[in-house]
Amino acid sequence: MKYKRQSRSRKPFSLLVRLIVTGSAAVTAIILVSMIGYILYHGIPNLTMKGLFDWRYTSQNVSMMPAIINTAIMTFLSLTLAVPIGVFAAIYLVEYAKRGNKFVKVIRTAAETLAAIPSIVYGLFGYILFVITLKWGYTLLSGAITLAVMILPLIMRTTEEALMSVPDSYREGSFGLGAGKLRTVFRIIIPPAMPGIAGGIILAIGRIVGESAALIFTAGTNPAVPDSLFASTRTLSVHMYALLTEGLYEEQAYATAVVLLVLVIGINSLSKHVAGRFTNVKRGG
Amino acid sequence: MKNYSERIMKFIFAMSAAASTVAVAIICIFLVYKGVPAIREIGLGDFLLGSTWKPTEGEFGIFPMIVGSIYVTAGAMVLGVPVGVLCAVFMARFCPRGLYKIFKPAVELLAGIPSIVYGFFGLMVIVPLMQNVIGGSGKSVLTASVLLAIMILPTVISVAESALRAVPESYYEGSLALGATHERSVFFTVIPAAKSGILAGVILGIGRAIGETMAVVMVAGNQAAVPTSLMSGVRTMTANIVLEMGYAGEGLHRNALIATAVVLFVFILIINLSFSMLKREG
Repeated sequence: MKYKRQSRSRKPFSLLVRLIVTGSAAVTAIILVSMIGYILYHGIPNLTMKGLFDWRYTSQNVSMMPAIINTAIMTFLSLTLAVPIGVFAAIYLVEYAKRGNKFVKVIRTAAETLAAIPSIVYGLFGYILFVITLKWGYTLLSGAITLAVMILPLIMRTTEEALMSVPDSYREGSFGLGAGKLRTVFRIIIPPAMPGIAGGIILAIGRIVGESAALIFTAGTNPAVPDSLFASTRTLSVHMYALLTEGLYEEQAYATAVVLLVLVIGINSLSKHVAGRFTNVKRGG
Repeated sequence: MKNYSERIMKFIFAMSAAASTVAVAIICIFLVYKGVPAIREIGLGDFLLGSTWKPTEGEFGIFPMIVGSIYVTAGAMVLGVPVGVLCAVFMARFCPRGLYKIFKPAVELLAGIPSIVYGFFGLMVIVPLMQNVIGGSGKSVLTASVLLAIMILPTVISVAESALRAVPESYYEGSLALGATHERSVFFTVIPAAKSGILAGVILGIGRAIGETMAVVMVAGNQAAVPTSLMSGVRTMTANIVLEMGYAGEGLHRNALIATAVVLFVFILIINLSFSMLKREG
């Protein structure tokens, strides 16, 4: 960065480059700031609307409380399904599979494909499988399984990266002391990789909270807290979609957008914080 | 005894690893099983190239939706890619450290905002803006492209940035040593060297744009006709599914929507394939 000084002023090309590059960055920043600013500015006053956080949803209060609770339930269920499978899969790929294994190549390709499938296609798949074929109807469980498949590649990839960053000397040391493979994985390799794994899980939470297209035709849009796994529910994002399509509840939609934004910002900074600790561990170890 | 549990766990790990493969297989099977018979019934030519979509009259041509998806995606690329790539160049080569600490999380935040919130923002801000500036309903190819361009920014930026950072420092230094300025070195040695990585980011952005649903539905107007200009309304394949799935009864209408998803899926597979080919090359 010390070479910058000499080149700045006299050459028109340099000036032009500097201008368009900085301009592009400015455009990006302005978009983000105006978007968040706009939603907060119009949304925060609406947060105090009467009944907006009542326990029960009625068409008078349009409460988002059930949707918030449902989002938590949905997140918990999807993670319960996806995290063990994703983490175990990553353990297999990093610790067990031999290099150049055909099976590994197939798994990698499959995971990449899963990551690329648009959420509406997930939603449609969940609809065909759970709602039509199994005749469950719109249920919490259909939504949770659909989302679990959706976040699986994300958890696999982040866990893989975390496991790979554990130095081989840890493994050799453990084996040298006579520990078996299984004990080495759970006692020696997973603990230092934990922040990385947790960071991936938090990112997955972010995706679940923000998801709407995959849920509309699997979990449905019923604005009540479900009494069983087979009841229809509506998460916060789906709640917002429902408000917008009904077209009568602009103020409430603004307020919901604020809550969603705050959640996403919180989740993002949490994952940054956790991952930050992870890089410290890596540097220290 | 110990050996026993080792083996069981290895088996469980392997099964978990196979889960993603099984999931892809099941998704493909179900889509094909429901979608392909519908395509056969409508006729492949009539389905892909038919320009009338009138489910009530038994006309299922998704040509307008295919064209619509391609138009808005192309529009998003034209608007979003230059800004995204240049922004990545800024972050990798021009950004002061202090600013970077704020800028990087900001871009990540842009990636984390739910698409429904983008759609809401588009509906409340970009649509009225278009109405005022250009006139008409404000819901158009152009509006959808602008919104999608914003949405693909974080994808393009982060992939392009890591591609730029992966270029060996010696390229840049070599260029400086030959007397080139900082700007010239970045543009004529670092960027060309990162070309395939940047292209991979662009392809990832294409995938994101073509698969986006909730945001596009809000701002595209959703008329099932081939758009005649940038200002006319447009319906994408994703919008077609989300708009009609709710009320499509059992039978050909529903299966035609699933067949739309099959076509979308094929697009995604092609995009994905070109992405992994690029990655292997780079």
